[in-house]
Amino acid sequence: MGVAANIRRWLDERFGWSQLMAFVEHKTVPRHPFSYFYFLGGMTLFLFGLQVATGILLLLYYRPSPNEAFESVQYIMTQVRFGWLIRSIHSWGANVMILTAIAHMFSVFFLKSYRKPRELTWLSGMILLFLVLGFGFSGYLLPWNTLSVFATKVGTDIAGQVPIIGHWTLVFLRGGEDVTGATLTRFFGFHVAVLPGLVTLLIGFHLLLVQRFGMSVPPSVEADWKANPARVQEMRFFPNFFLRELMAWYIALAILGALAAFKPWELGAKADLFASAPPGIRPEWYFMFMFQTLKLLPAKVGPIAGDLLGVLGFGIAGAVWTLLPFLDHEKRGRGSRWIAGAGVFALAYFVGMTLVGYAAK
Amino acid sequence: MEYPDANRARPGVSDDPGRRHFLEVFLGTSVVASLVSFFYPVLRYLIPPVQAELASDTVLAGHVGDLKSNSGMIFRFGSRPGLLMLTPDGQYHAISAVCTHLGCTVQYRGDLHEVWCACHNGTYDISGRNISGPPPKPLESFDVFVKGQDIYVQRKKNA
Amino acid sequence: MLDQDGIKMKSVESRCGWQWGLPVTFVFCTALLFAPISFAQQAKNSCLDCHSQLDPPLHVSPDEYTASIHAQKGVTCVTCHGGDPTTDDVDKSMSTAAGFKGHLERKQVPGFCAKCHADASYIRGFNPSLRTDQYAQYLTSVHGKLMAKGDTKVAVCIDCHGVHDIQPPNDPRARVYPTNVAQTCATCHADAEYMKGYKIPTDEFALYNTSVHHAALVDRGDLSAPTCVTCHGSHGAAPPGVASVENVCSTCHVFQAQLFDSGPHRNAFASLGVPGCITCHSNHGIQHPSDALIGTADGSVCVKCHSAGEPGFDAAAKMHESLAKLDSAIGRSDAILNRAELSGMEVGEAKLAQSEARDDLIKARVSIHAVQSDKVDQNVQAGLAVAQKTYQAGLAAMAERSYRRTGLFISLGITIIVLVGIALLIRRLESGSGN
Repeated sequence: MGVAANIRRWLDERFGWSQLMAFVEHKTVPRHPFSYFYFLGGMTLFLFGLQVATGILLLLYYRPSPNEAFESVQYIMTQVRFGWLIRSIHSWGANVMILTAIAHMFSVFFLKSYRKPRELTWLSGMILLFLVLGFGFSGYLLPWNTLSVFATKVGTDIAGQVPIIGHWTLVFLRGGEDVTGATLTRFFGFHVAVLPGLVTLLIGFHLLLVQRFGMSVPPSVEADWKANPARVQEMRFFPNFFLRELMAWYIALAILGALAAFKPWELGAKADLFASAPPGIRPEWYFMFMFQTLKLLPAKVGPIAGDLLGVLGFGIAGAVWTLLPFLDHEKRGRGSRWIAGAGVFALAYFVGMTLVGYAAK
Repeated sequence: MEYPDANRARPGVSDDPGRRHFLEVFLGTSVVASLVSFFYPVLRYLIPPVQAELASDTVLAGHVGDLKSNSGMIFRFGSRPGLLMLTPDGQYHAISAVCTHLGCTVQYRGDLHEVWCACHNGTYDISGRNISGPPPKPLESFDVFVKGQDIYVQRKKNA
Repeated sequence: MLDQDGIKMKSVESRCGWQWGLPVTFVFCTALLFAPISFAQQAKNSCLDCHSQLDPPLHVSPDEYTASIHAQKGVTCVTCHGGDPTTDDVDKSMSTAAGFKGHLERKQVPGFCAKCHADASYIRGFNPSLRTDQYAQYLTSVHGKLMAKGDTKVAVCIDCHGVHDIQPPNDPRARVYPTNVAQTCATCHADAEYMKGYKIPTDEFALYNTSVHHAALVDRGDLSAPTCVTCHGSHGAAPPGVASVENVCSTCHVFQAQLFDSGPHRNAFASLGVPGCITCHSNHGIQHPSDALIGTADGSVCVKCHSAGEPGFDAAAKMHESLAKLDSAIGRSDAILNRAELSGMEVGEAKLAQSEARDDLIKARVSIHAVQSDKVDQNVQAGLAVAQKTYQAGLAAMAERSYRRTGLFISLGITIIVLVGIALLIRRLESGSGN
């Protein structure tokens, strides 16, 4: 008996290894014109793993204090061997990951994978998306440059607009009334401890549910397959689908490496808390659509402040979107078409407002 | 690597042992090479660089003995020059060396016991206060600590 | 009053009792009644009471007056105008009996102010470091000389210092506070109508407002920057003579004057009767000099006197060329260092060294005042050496950047090979099967 077989037997006697392997061997992925969208979830997971790895490496040199944060990032970029690579991959990777997370969400939305029995998968996924945006927001402050500090100011100001709990939220996030070194410490804690812990738990839950329910199939394909069982096509997850996913992961890593070498993430200028905001201050692209909406809203809409209306609007929209599985009941019909239409509008609004935000300097 | 028969319904290239072997070696080598190209930078990254400390608020400006009494020297403080002086009373003083007029590098004048800018004849006292000539503002002054043989210069802490 | 046993005192006391008490009380009460009048200065100033109600030119603003330095020090209306401030009766308060002098003639003003301000022992009682030679200086000024000839249009003390609202010159409200001086002089000197007949330009104020000196004084608040009185004098105001212009400028611009004196321009200018400094830099509308000012192109000052073929012309061309060379070398190094830094390279040391090159350029620009190209070259060569070193550092940083890109391409190449391998593996696994 070979060494590998011995190890397998050892694990099997204790952990039911062969049962686990049997499950993996039998896991299949449906094949249909929309199958490519199945890559998005795994890609987000891969990028998360990459963020954790590069993040841990950065942790070895980063110092979370206003006196040293900027200098430590500068040190990583210029003194540490390949520090520029690790840091740029982490910064670019964050943006790519958020992009794939949003794409994953929209693809699940349009393919209607959130329906029964997968409601909690959608719910946990939405919470994961909010946590990932929290990762982006908290991480953005850590280099402590001008853009970081002012983007954080603007972002937490908007959070403070929420009625009743707004001010408390603002003080909680900032560690005080203003953005200071206390904010940096707090955001660092969120970014490297709180959020990773929460996200890991939720990813575990999310993946467990995905394994439990298997991959869903879009309604049109499902109907077709029901009518013509011979047309059902499946691919084995391991090794077939996984090898393809591996190719996608290699491509993603290559893209990030190229970005790091050709467009390294900028260092900026060290934040000066006493300076006034530089012109053209704007948040990262994933918050741009909200920022731009608030900019376009008039100061007052009737008796309500424009900003407040915007914040409430997004809050309600977000809540409705998150609770979608519990609102979408019918299999097909007008209701489901309305929801698809709303999704198209949401996507168009998101993309459109983001572009407008960048165009309107 | 064992695959169930369902995946090998048709004889073809997969049955050719030579080609199979080649593919395995090819793929195996390239995967290992790719992993090396990923982990080599990570391993280099883990090794601490020569300059272990950040050039932040404190910097090693020089060593005792570098300066003669009643003289000054330029040292690097972050990205700007600083001026370290040893006055006749044996005290070290450190100020920014960037003249507040047009940015020239100032120097210590032992004959005047003052700091002087050669560009437009601006003068400051050893605490950095501008006393004559064009400079409109004083020079930022720093704290100096001597630890053993090392002279450290530190930005003054704000309250 | 006391003997050893105090008997005499007692007897005086017993007599003093009521006999003295009543008259003392009576006198005390009367004094109280008349107290407001005896404290006339604080309580009663009939001059101000009336004149604050009148229209100009008889109007005096009570706020301005009470805030003025004279009022603060107890120099009141009567000190200059005489009269009786205790009564509201015009006939009494403005009577010659009360010493009322009334309105002073303009030509009487300087001598009148000098009655106090030229009296050293009097002024010492108020401010020992205040000068007392203002009147003497005034008599040497253009204003004073013309006044002596009977011209009453010229400035007298009150034109610059005000009349009832006088503040010391270091008070920002004063018309002679450094940032206000130019405006005060311009009241007459920028008024073309008023200055008709004097045959001097009236554009100085407008020109000064465009100058670097104005920018330093007013925009940056640097009170040491010159205004009209710095170069022309205040009380002894007169334009500096041709020979003295350089002396005036060199009170601040020491190096430039020393260099000028060491070069051929000094004697050349003197023999031509042309003043130093302002011939090239102008007097009122002094602009920030640029490298274009020196050289042989249009817009340079050198070609105003020098023409092609002269040694001066060649020297000008050489100096301009040297400065331009260093400027562009510094720019070239800056560009490559910035590009390297943007790509994440460490170029801190090189950027620090760049400041040394910039110092050399500044010194070179100052040294042109000696108008000798080898003096300029000394600084330029030093700067070029530094710029060359920093450029090399920039090149090294860019080489590091290329190294990164090479590394990237290698790993990209490996990645592509891996992708090809996986694709082949997938094809092999799935050949023939429906999967």
